[in-house]
Amino acid sequence: MKKVLTGNHAVSYGAMIARAEVVAAYPITPQTQIVEKLSEMCADGDLDARFIKVESEHSAMAACIGASASGARAFTATSSQGLALMDEMLHWASHARLPIVMANINRSLGPPWTIWTDQNDTISRRDTGWIQFYCESNQEVIDTMIMAFKIAEQVKLPAFLTLDSFYLSHTSEAVELPDQKLVDEYLPKYQAETDLDPTKGSPAYGSLTTDQWYFELQIKMQRAMEQAYDVILKENDLFKKVFGRSYLPVEGYRTDDADYVVFVSGTIASTIKDAIDRARENGIKVGSAKVRLFRPFPKTMIREMAKGRKRLGVIDRNISYGSEGAFFTEIKSALYSQSEHPEIHGFIAGLGGRDVTVDSAYEMIRLVVETSPEKDINWQGAKL
Amino acid sequence: MVEIRFHGRGGQGAASACTIYADAAFRGGKSVQAFPMYGVERRGAPVQSFVRLDDSPIRARHNIYTPDHVIALSETLMNTVDCTAGIKAGGTLTINTDKSVEQIKKERGLDGDYKIFTVNATKIAVELGLGSVTSPIVNTAMLGAAARVTGTADIKLLMECVAEAAPSKPEKNAEAAKETFEAIKV
Amino acid sequence: MAKNKYFVEIKSIDDLPMMAKTMGSMMVNETGSWRNVYPVVDKDACTRCGICWKFCPDVVISEDADGYPVFNLDYCKGCGVCANECPKSCIAMIEEGK
Repeated sequence: MKKVLTGNHAVSYGAMIARAEVVAAYPITPQTQIVEKLSEMCADGDLDARFIKVESEHSAMAACIGASASGARAFTATSSQGLALMDEMLHWASHARLPIVMANINRSLGPPWTIWTDQNDTISRRDTGWIQFYCESNQEVIDTMIMAFKIAEQVKLPAFLTLDSFYLSHTSEAVELPDQKLVDEYLPKYQAETDLDPTKGSPAYGSLTTDQWYFELQIKMQRAMEQAYDVILKENDLFKKVFGRSYLPVEGYRTDDADYVVFVSGTIASTIKDAIDRARENGIKVGSAKVRLFRPFPKTMIREMAKGRKRLGVIDRNISYGSEGAFFTEIKSALYSQSEHPEIHGFIAGLGGRDVTVDSAYEMIRLVVETSPEKDINWQGAKL
Repeated sequence: MVEIRFHGRGGQGAASACTIYADAAFRGGKSVQAFPMYGVERRGAPVQSFVRLDDSPIRARHNIYTPDHVIALSETLMNTVDCTAGIKAGGTLTINTDKSVEQIKKERGLDGDYKIFTVNATKIAVELGLGSVTSPIVNTAMLGAAARVTGTADIKLLMECVAEAAPSKPEKNAEAAKETFEAIKV
Repeated sequence: MAKNKYFVEIKSIDDLPMMAKTMGSMMVNETGSWRNVYPVVDKDACTRCGICWKFCPDVVISEDADGYPVFNLDYCKGCGVCANECPKSCIAMIEEGK
């Protein structure tokens, strides 16, 4: 059944259809509608979940950790300052190997106070050990909500998905609601690895570990991330079979015969398609490659996508101060070991919600096609 | 692709208008995209919202700078906001006002390449008891005007969507859309 | 950690659990090895009130068949709280080895 939904409500419906059992969240613009809708769904009996009203985002994640460790499918949503506030708990959730799912609306961090979009809030959390998806449409959001639980619960790592503030969170568009029966078959009930039942003599979790074994526990976590990559591909195949939709970690648009490829993420990945079409009409063999998966970073697919191209570009809607855009760094790093090293432009666009239009995207495509990169950072759409 | 931009004051319903309109067009088989341009949220502050309609999937995700149609929920808003900014040649501008097209054209110097429509949505809203006399809910009436002027949504489907979305007085709100739809001559 | 009946040996990374969790039971940690002094009760003065049991932070005090306190010296850390709280001052803290 197709329904016009905002990105935020697509998240809510996703949590409902995935049968989340505990929702603990604190409101923050632009995520509030997610949680309002979920509490309505709980009140109406459409979602059989325990809704915990917490006093901060740090508590929200702490509550999810407790819930997940006790065997409940836990979900939360936040953004920007809220995500930053729960940072300590993000590390806890992943090190404790708990398959919590979180939706984060990408909103820039203050000061100055802002509510518009860029990716710095989640990019600055890339090292927390969470599996990370960047979405470009509301359909992708609801589908990713369902897949995220399935993936997280298999590899026992938490996962978050992101939506650009306003350009997805508050944007209404038609979404196919996955059929509940099919989702129930696709996504079985969560079985916790941990057991906090005191009558069963439960062990203590997370207590002091000396330098004798901490290192090896982290190796196990890294191995789980590597395993997650294979699980993500497997689940995507299965999702395609059941629901007819597929989302590869790196997905090309008109890249088959492209001489030039521009890597993009989030809603820019959607907008740039119109610019690619325009360039193609002008006879330029260019394509765009959307990077949906950030952790584990899809090095193999990046290498495949970059093969045989004359020049590449990367558009980051984020910046690691003192360095460069995060996708730019990761992509170059993935290509380092290869024999081909095409020139690669690094663009930074859209920080703080600065609009990235089809025209702006076209200008970046033009620069990739017509020029060689001079600097690692090329600000696009800024007032310089 | 058709791009529509709504202008209003916070509290008049410009933000919800875009979603209701998109839903109506969707039920009529179109691909749709609608979102408000978020700003400082308070009553009376200028707000904009956007609707894109197309037969094929819509991929552009940014504000609308060159609308085909503009709907202005309040005439006094035009004192501070240039609602005509970027209107495509041959586009339309529909204004909620009690003045005639000629009057408003003259008073505001609106001589661009777009057709102007006026409708007294405030009067219709007040008559139907929508909102208060000082703060009438004009968005549903203006939606009817939008459907008529742009020809992009079926009025019956629009009335359905308005009735579903209205937090109160669903029939009166749908009625408001119908009245303006019939009042405007294109 | 003592190699007592609760000890679970980890030889390699493959023996490790997925996340940090106690292998077996914390009874493997015989805290008795931490102390310098140990408690001894004068049974003639003891009224078997149970206050020492109530205050012991490590729960190492139990009762014998006659109700007098018995200290589990595998875990008693020699903190002396029992001696401090005893209303009859009949618990002495004796240096280890004496």
